[in-house]
Amino acid sequence: MARATFPFSAIVGQDEMKVAMLVAAVDQSIGGVLVFGDRGTGKSTTVRALAAVLPMMKAMDGCRYHCDPTAFDDWCADCRAAGKGKGVATPVPVVDLPLGATEDRVVGALDLERALAGEKVFEPGLLARANRGFLYIDEVNLLEDHLVDLLLDVAASGENVVEREGLSVRHPARFVLIGSGNPEEGELRPQLLDRFGLSVEVRTPGDIAARIEVVRRRDAFERNPEAFSETWKKPQDKLRRRIMTARSLLPSVDVPDAALERAARLCMALGTDGLRGELTLIRTARAVAALDGDDTVGDSHLRRVAPLVLGHRLRRNPMDEAVASTRVCRALEEVFGP
Amino acid sequence: MSGAAALADAMDAMRLFAADPAGLGGIVIRGGPGPVRDRFLGLLYDALRLGTIIRRVPLHVGDDRLLGGIDLAATVQAGRPIMQKGLLAEADGGIVVLAMAERIDPATTSRLCAAMDDGTVTLQRDGVSAVLPARFGVVALDEGAAPDERPSAPLLDRIAFHVDLTGVSMADIAPVSSAPRGRHGPAGRGNPVRHSAAIVGPDKPVHDDEGHEPGSMAVAITLTFSKPPILTPSSPDLIQGPAHTPAISGSSQTMTGGRAITARPVHPEAPATPLPAEILCNVAAAFGISSLRAPILALRAARIAAGSSPITDADLALAARLVLAHRATCMPPPEEVPEEAGAATEPPSQTESDEQPLPGQPLEDIVLDAVKATLPPDLIARLAAAGDGRGLARTPGRAGQFKASTKRGRPIGIRPGAPKNGARLHLLETLKAAAPWQKLRGRTDRFQVRRDDFRIVRFRQRIGTTTVFAVDASGSAALHRLAEAKGAVELLLADCYVRRDQVALIAFRGHGATLLLPPTGSLLRAKRSLAGLPGGGPTPLAAGIEAAMTLADTVRRAGRTPVITLLTDACANIARDGTGGRSRAEAEALEAARSVRSAGFASLLVDTSPRPNPFARRLAEVMDARYLPLPYADASALSGAVRSAVSA
Repeated sequence: MARATFPFSAIVGQDEMKVAMLVAAVDQSIGGVLVFGDRGTGKSTTVRALAAVLPMMKAMDGCRYHCDPTAFDDWCADCRAAGKGKGVATPVPVVDLPLGATEDRVVGALDLERALAGEKVFEPGLLARANRGFLYIDEVNLLEDHLVDLLLDVAASGENVVEREGLSVRHPARFVLIGSGNPEEGELRPQLLDRFGLSVEVRTPGDIAARIEVVRRRDAFERNPEAFSETWKKPQDKLRRRIMTARSLLPSVDVPDAALERAARLCMALGTDGLRGELTLIRTARAVAALDGDDTVGDSHLRRVAPLVLGHRLRRNPMDEAVASTRVCRALEEVFGP
Repeated sequence: MSGAAALADAMDAMRLFAADPAGLGGIVIRGGPGPVRDRFLGLLYDALRLGTIIRRVPLHVGDDRLLGGIDLAATVQAGRPIMQKGLLAEADGGIVVLAMAERIDPATTSRLCAAMDDGTVTLQRDGVSAVLPARFGVVALDEGAAPDERPSAPLLDRIAFHVDLTGVSMADIAPVSSAPRGRHGPAGRGNPVRHSAAIVGPDKPVHDDEGHEPGSMAVAITLTFSKPPILTPSSPDLIQGPAHTPAISGSSQTMTGGRAITARPVHPEAPATPLPAEILCNVAAAFGISSLRAPILALRAARIAAGSSPITDADLALAARLVLAHRATCMPPPEEVPEEAGAATEPPSQTESDEQPLPGQPLEDIVLDAVKATLPPDLIARLAAAGDGRGLARTPGRAGQFKASTKRGRPIGIRPGAPKNGARLHLLETLKAAAPWQKLRGRTDRFQVRRDDFRIVRFRQRIGTTTVFAVDASGSAALHRLAEAKGAVELLLADCYVRRDQVALIAFRGHGATLLLPPTGSLLRAKRSLAGLPGGGPTPLAAGIEAAMTLADTVRRAGRTPVITLLTDACANIARDGTGGRSRAEAEALEAARSVRSAGFASLLVDTSPRPNPFARRLAEVMDARYLPLPYADASALSGAVRSAVSA
């Protein structure tokens, strides 16, 4: 895009949201991030800013799904047919799913121009473009239901199956789903809520100093985006290196039995359904440990990520005044002590 | 505020908006259609740069026209897909006029907001994939009559200005011209300005009573028609305002002592106010404005007001007045004023006088007072009624019930079928369906589409239910079982949650009924406002029923199905005119109930008296409502009753 994006490092506060994004950048299998909160808190800004700090990835040259040259099992049909290919450095895709998108553009469809010429060719959609990257849906709570269903299915299987207009195509579609929205404008369907690995509640900073800093940075950025970005180049580079280091560190991060037990007890105390919460809790804690440069998952990591992982998995009573995060905090104190 | 004063503000806002429509988001113009609004719009269009694109967005615009899509005629002619821009992309660099902005549906709002945030329209529709520039300002024509009929909150949040023309008469606006009142324009003070001499307008600008000399308060914006000054906040070379360095900011987050006082512009080159962002943030915080877009927009407005010169306190005061005042959710705590004024002895009332502000007075206070002076007088009353500031705006929720339709609503898919009876043809799908058969059909000179190829769009229409709760909070009800009634409402609320209904809450006691909560999907808020409901006073039953009916009518006009749920002990004892007397009050209540029946609203009456009240039963019969005495109303009975009332 022509317009400069606000640097990720220059975002004031909103630590939970930033951590959640970074975790997703380090471990893409975490299962999506949901950002819910007030108006004007920089939800969209943060997601768009994330793209700029993501390290480049290697992808098959010319592949429409940017298959990973090293992961043969996940190759698309074209790459399989070719057998081999050249890997080239490509930016990690961060794809916007805009409101009003039609199904044919999301899943892909018959290429009309060539169809009119009598040729039957598949034109990949946004899911193909987002493969191995991020799919961002602003106002996810306002997304039309038939698109939501479709996304859920693909997100769960990692594969997009297109059966329409006489086409029969399947291609890999593994992406981190990032959704943002404002609960006051409509609540999210419970099924969709469940699919997100992490959820963050963002609030407008109440601290006046932080608010002033936000306005000041925004103002400086708007008046001269280039100069502003230049000022923030160093922190941006540092952050990018941190993500890369964390990625290489991730496989070797150890999860001791004590941490597993703590995670299990925490989930039991909160009564979360199924094992998905526990698994995500451990995974996220590992990613955070890697980001911190630690080689073992400890209590501090679990404590930090628990609200992100468990907040939206609690059995919800719509009438319950207690915010989910306070319930998580209470459980944390029970399990870990104050 | 008098009409002339309101108009003066409106003109100020309009001129600022015209200088940078996209940067300031937009302007909401409240007031019904009529000569005053037409004149104001005319002035606004005059103030815009010559040749500015103006696109009007109708209420029920479809995605294909709003965002863009495939051009039907051109595609057929060319034999290949031809894209057509939507209204938003067409309006790039210009303005978008929203008719009846208070009734725009949430889907359109969110598309608009996304485009406003990005400055682009991302199109992923009908085989077209494009990112089109769409930087536009919004002119939202708000024709709402009731206080809660307003454009939706996300839109208001992104729009800097809100002008109210309801009190402005034709006599006020007739002599006004779009020419500026100020001396200097954004393009620089020395520039030849065509209308510089034309100081026309209300004789006494509102600024006079805010303690600034009129000259400096007048909007420092000039619009020349010959050579338009293009002013965008993002162009660095145009705006050379004071560079505020982070080093200063760290040490002085609060404006204490003499720090801010030095901010007065002594000579033009000196940085006028080192920390305009700080001042605007503090003022916004003092008025309980939580969204950060507000101070950001205010800062942009101040920059535009300042033009190429440094931002002065007058610019800040103006920006705060125009951008922040209408967003206020509370009055600033009074003790803050003396504290921030430091040890100075001047009384706060000083600012109300016509004098030049004392040099010792912190700038922030001046800005604060400027905002205070603009607040509508009934603001606090409205705030109290709405619970929190956000309650003022209608927040459309997501409805759970839908009706499939081929004519209106949001598109949900495509199916084969003929495009008749108003069904809309989906060109792309039709062409796709026809494409594989072209060879068989044998004509090469032109593309053949046959009846079987036709694909039409299916739509889904929201017909969600809105349950209007009218809760009797009178003394008798409180005595009996207001708490239990509240419990019953909570049960019903939980039920509404399951069905994804919207709810609205009206309480009646004393001399009338109050709208506690406009229709919302947020049940938590419903519960909160219910919990804070005090009891006491006589029972104005007729007023309660009428309020519920008025609201139900609004709901129905918005395309949803209203259900009235009345919780009362039916001990009506006060007539509409405020006089006591059971018989008259009951007669009026019955009369109101009859009109509910004739309007055909589904309704439910929950009798909260200790033992079933015969009058309540009679009332229910007259209303054609389901009658439920609370002693027998357990959870399942209540929820079942509402459900059957809905389906009835």
